[in-house]
Amino acid sequence: MHALANPTRFLKLAATIQPWAAGLCILCFLFGLPIALLFSPPDYQQGDTVRIMYIHVPAAWMGLFCYGVMAAGSASYLIWRHPVANMIAKSSAPIGAMFTALCLLTGMLWGQPMWGTPWVWDARLTSMLVLFFLYLGYIALGGAFDSPEQGDKAAAILALVGSVNLPIIKFSVDWWNSLHQPSIFSMAGISVDAAMLPPLFLMVGAFQLYYVVVVLMSVRAQVLTAKIRAAKLMRTT
Amino acid sequence: MNTFFILVGRDLRLSVRHRADTVMVAGFFAITVILFPFGIGPEPGILERVGAGIIWVTALLASLLSLDHLFSDDEQDGALDLLLTSPAAPTLVVAAKIVAHWLTTGLPLTLLAPILGVTLQMPVGSAAPMMTALLIGTPTLSLIGAVGAALTLGARRRGILMPLVVLPLYIPILIFGVGAIDTTSMGFDAGGLFTVLGGFLLIAAALCPWAAAAALKIASE
Repeated sequence: MHALANPTRFLKLAATIQPWAAGLCILCFLFGLPIALLFSPPDYQQGDTVRIMYIHVPAAWMGLFCYGVMAAGSASYLIWRHPVANMIAKSSAPIGAMFTALCLLTGMLWGQPMWGTPWVWDARLTSMLVLFFLYLGYIALGGAFDSPEQGDKAAAILALVGSVNLPIIKFSVDWWNSLHQPSIFSMAGISVDAAMLPPLFLMVGAFQLYYVVVVLMSVRAQVLTAKIRAAKLMRTT
Repeated sequence: MNTFFILVGRDLRLSVRHRADTVMVAGFFAITVILFPFGIGPEPGILERVGAGIIWVTALLASLLSLDHLFSDDEQDGALDLLLTSPAAPTLVVAAKIVAHWLTTGLPLTLLAPILGVTLQMPVGSAAPMMTALLIGTPTLSLIGAVGAALTLGARRRGILMPLVVLPLYIPILIFGVGAIDTTSMGFDAGGLFTVLGGFLLIAAALCPWAAAAALKIASE
């Protein structure tokens, strides 16, 4: 991990990974989307609305995953001053915020026909909404300082403070009575029909790979921007 | 430990001399609570039902407003740099400032709340659980708020930034604080909810001074 603290070495690795990840991502979407939205079996109770799950569940997972990456990256930036980790954390924030928003929106669309209401104030939904605001706070705080480094460090601390929310979201459906169904993956086994699993995993994979591609693009852009800035400063002095 | 009490004493003396600050927070709390009967309508049934929520939300906002000068006064006159370079541990300095902040905002709000509860037609029996919930909950607000105040020190547009950073972290306290009051006034046992509030306080007391001290260190670099 520390070898990758060198931005040039990271750029080289990123350039190798990125096309593979992009290709796999397109493949996952090509197979996943039609299977999920057209060919997978409808639910015996929910009918075709169950297909929202194939967007909703991966989006929710990515919302949590991005925050996890953000917190881990922030920690390694604060502890080891790992510059690339900070860039990864910074690029994960807007992506995670968008996934969280997508999760909340698809959840509302799903809740309307199934629960009869798009929104209830229970633990799962509330903690996910808090996650969305934590992302916004992180982004706003990072950009609020005249010195970018100070903003990065302040935002990194906020990311760590906010990470207490992650276990609360994960276990909210087990700890409190909720309208939201419990996780389909638990110690007791998988509580979803086997035919729904392949498209679900394909979609999770597609979302995950999409994240990898976009983060790598964003980090490369950040490294290059820093290099251009340094080169310009060299020329003027 | 002696340093701790000296620091708390210093902040308390400062706030006694600038009495306007504490009075303003209490005044903001009172006037905002009194707005709700005009906005919602004075029917006793409705006010009684939403009273606990109004008191808590307003206490949250009042505590948020007072955070603005928690560190910034000391930063502007240079005292903060001296405190951080002094032999006292930065966490101790932060903890002292948090205690002083609670004594000058959280405690007055807690004492004021039952009187305002009466104006919201809340039953007399709800005064005790309300004060208990605020007594356990408001120190947590000061602790979390100190992290937000330290993180946003020196930031542009701090007034808008601070609510965005702090309020999401306040939500759990709001949920359990209101729940504790409502459950008790409905005649059920709310021991569990009070315990959760106490748990939040302990977690915040263990983590927030460190986070705030780290943030101050970054801000003063």
